[in-house]
Amino acid sequence: MELPPYATTGQRIWHYTFLVICGLIFFFLIAPIITIIPLSFNAENFFTFTPGMLALESDAYSLRHYRDFFQNPDWQQALSNSVRIAPAATLISVALGTLAAIGLSQGHVPFRRAIMAVLISPMIVPLIISAAGMYFFYSRVGLQGSYIGVVLAHAALGTPFVIITVTATLVGFDRSLTRAAANLGAGPVRTFFKVQMPLILPGVISGGLFAFITSFDEVVVVLFVGSAAQKTLPWQMFIGLREQISPTILAVATILVAVSILLLATVEILRRRSERMRGMSPA
Amino acid sequence: MTDATHGPDAVTGVTPDTGLRIAEERHNGEMVAADGTPLKRSLNRALRREKLRALALIAPLFLFIVVTFIAPIADMLFRSVENQIVSETLPRSVIALEAWDGEDTPEEPVFAALAQDLAIAVELKNHTRLGSRLNYETTAASSLFRRTGRAADDIGEEAADQFVELDPAWEEPATWIGLMASEDWIADQAEWAAEAEAAGRDAPPEPRFALRDGVAEALPRTADMYGAFARVIRAEDADSPTEEDPWPIVYRALHDDLVANPDAAASFEGANAQLLGVAAGAVPSFEVTGFRDTFLDIDEDWADPTIWGTIKAFSSPYTAGYFLSAVDLQLTADGVAKQPEDRQIYGLLFGRTLFMSLTIMGCCVLLGYPVAFLLANLPMRSANVLMILVLLPFWTSLLVRTSAWKVLLQQQGVINDLLVWSGIVTNAGRLALINNQTGTIIAMTHILLPFMILPLYSVMKTIPPSYVRAAKSLGATNFTAFRRVYFPQSVPGIGAGCILVFILSIGYYITPELVGGTTGTFISNRIAYHISQSLNWGLAAALGSILLAVVLMLYWLYDRIVGIDNVSLG
Repeated sequence: MELPPYATTGQRIWHYTFLVICGLIFFFLIAPIITIIPLSFNAENFFTFTPGMLALESDAYSLRHYRDFFQNPDWQQALSNSVRIAPAATLISVALGTLAAIGLSQGHVPFRRAIMAVLISPMIVPLIISAAGMYFFYSRVGLQGSYIGVVLAHAALGTPFVIITVTATLVGFDRSLTRAAANLGAGPVRTFFKVQMPLILPGVISGGLFAFITSFDEVVVVLFVGSAAQKTLPWQMFIGLREQISPTILAVATILVAVSILLLATVEILRRRSERMRGMSPA
Repeated sequence: MTDATHGPDAVTGVTPDTGLRIAEERHNGEMVAADGTPLKRSLNRALRREKLRALALIAPLFLFIVVTFIAPIADMLFRSVENQIVSETLPRSVIALEAWDGEDTPEEPVFAALAQDLAIAVELKNHTRLGSRLNYETTAASSLFRRTGRAADDIGEEAADQFVELDPAWEEPATWIGLMASEDWIADQAEWAAEAEAAGRDAPPEPRFALRDGVAEALPRTADMYGAFARVIRAEDADSPTEEDPWPIVYRALHDDLVANPDAAASFEGANAQLLGVAAGAVPSFEVTGFRDTFLDIDEDWADPTIWGTIKAFSSPYTAGYFLSAVDLQLTADGVAKQPEDRQIYGLLFGRTLFMSLTIMGCCVLLGYPVAFLLANLPMRSANVLMILVLLPFWTSLLVRTSAWKVLLQQQGVINDLLVWSGIVTNAGRLALINNQTGTIIAMTHILLPFMILPLYSVMKTIPPSYVRAAKSLGATNFTAFRRVYFPQSVPGIGAGCILVFILSIGYYITPELVGGTTGTFISNRIAYHISQSLNWGLAAALGSILLAVVLMLYWLYDRIVGIDNVSLG
């Protein structure tokens, strides 16, 4: 993207215009997320910057919306539900998804494409359709409105991500290592836990993080499959946005942005680690 | 060959050598494995074992997905055509309607069948459900069934009064039991009653009612209705026919039977025969209103052939009706017809969903292409830093991004404040950016933009920069080199990104629901509305099935172009 020294004036103008356009697009991408962070410290019940905030007066800022989040029983109930549902769903997704990914990566799997299509389908089908189908079916079998129903639904939605990430990690897995382990007398279970698992762990963890975030962020399916007792954080935000919008939502949003930055960093570190372990690091 | 029992070869058990040795002994040139089986068979067995092992690893998840995900989707597809409620609630009327010409108000037998069906449905409280179901097709149906349901209890009351006047014994449940129930059932019931007395609360349910032999032939309508009465009493009210006098409609059925067959008493013996004989003699002088007049008296709408046409059209257990409604058509007695103008909303809604998804897709290409180009052509280090700006929104909760837009786009929100402050719009002329199509398009473009940038970026990364340089050295201007050399190579990325964004956007629910108002909503919002508010699940399922078909088709296309396996997660 260096501008050559012999560029004409027209080319220069175009080059800088292009950079400005790209800058504006990046601004468009990131600004909405950044803007809500200061707004969440608003001392008033407004959704815009008060004159005091613009003048950087310290009493225009406050933590009252955060206090509300930690004291309001509705939000606390939602938080505890989210924290109870997402890890359980992630555990199921990771356990079943990792096994299946190992199975799928073996040389000779009959009907591989068809099996893959079925296993990936929860990611492909639009959420509203999954939600509708699950609502109909789960109410037939009595799982609608139950904790187990929501966990099963979220686990199903999360597995494709585990399969994709673990399969990608297994592509670089050297199968002669398991043979070497077997040759040295380790059984299949021991080989799996002592040799294969440590090597594909980064993939498993990042798949798990994807599954976790899928469940933690998910609102459409839980809206239909769950009942008021399973109200999760996104659900509470959805209600808040649709009915009486309160600045507490911005405080929650800011906390969630912090959580996603944390997750993004973890996934990135894991990805680099796994590339290094496979000797694929680009210098 | 040396003696294998001495020297370094003194190994007990099988070794790879064993195979060679066996092969040598046999002298037929066949390769064998260490255990002596032919190598080919041994390899096949190993392969089969490996396949089974792979399948065994996949099986748990496969079963899990089939039960928790595929079965629900199949259930939805089934519900989009399932229509058993009409034939289950009105079985007699549906049969009687087969002979109806569809032109005028049906004849007496149809109304008689309806009276019987409704009497049972009202006791089971099914008639309101049926009314709501038919209301999806004909607007007046729900209130019609509700009103009729309230009056249906009394149909046959006059016949009942006249029977009781003739002989008070007709009021006694025991009379009816003696007349209708089989000897075996009476014995079983007596035995059960004694046990239930002793067992108290935990008594087993009463034995299933059984009709006396020959009743069904002599008094067909009465047997039918009394059987239904006994079933409903037992199942719904946990009561016994031995303690309840029958519904009025049963008396009316008996009246009709005796008029049709005055010699019915001949099939009975003793007191029953005498009772029936007297009744048979008296019925011709009873005063009863025809069923047709009764219904028209309850509600004029029963004279209208429309409601009958709807019942007839939806009498089969499976229907295309929901799918027809989903494309603004309707099923009438004469076949498929257009919905009335004011009910044609789905064409508009599908069209709007399509139009908005295409607009969002277009916006994503316009905004995504320059950014992906920049990222692909910057040095690795600065590209990685800028990539964070793309990945952070990608990782941020959907609701966080939606609430950000909801806050920013408000009339009193940050963007309007900025515009007013900078003098672009006046305070009175604040822009309406939310609760309309503009709001949905802005917010969804932002949400889906990373899904366009990431595939574009990965394709652009693979375009060798030397091609553009070669084009320039051959005399192409910057623009020509881009248009003729670079752009064509980036088209697969555009295709992949477009399909991905389009698929994601046509199924979107949350964002349009929150920022779309009434004009910026998608077909998925209508599906949600039918599930949770109008409770027309069949139509919701049909709309969902159509959407699913579109999405699967697009994915098939995506698979052809990019390959499902190449779905990247950033």
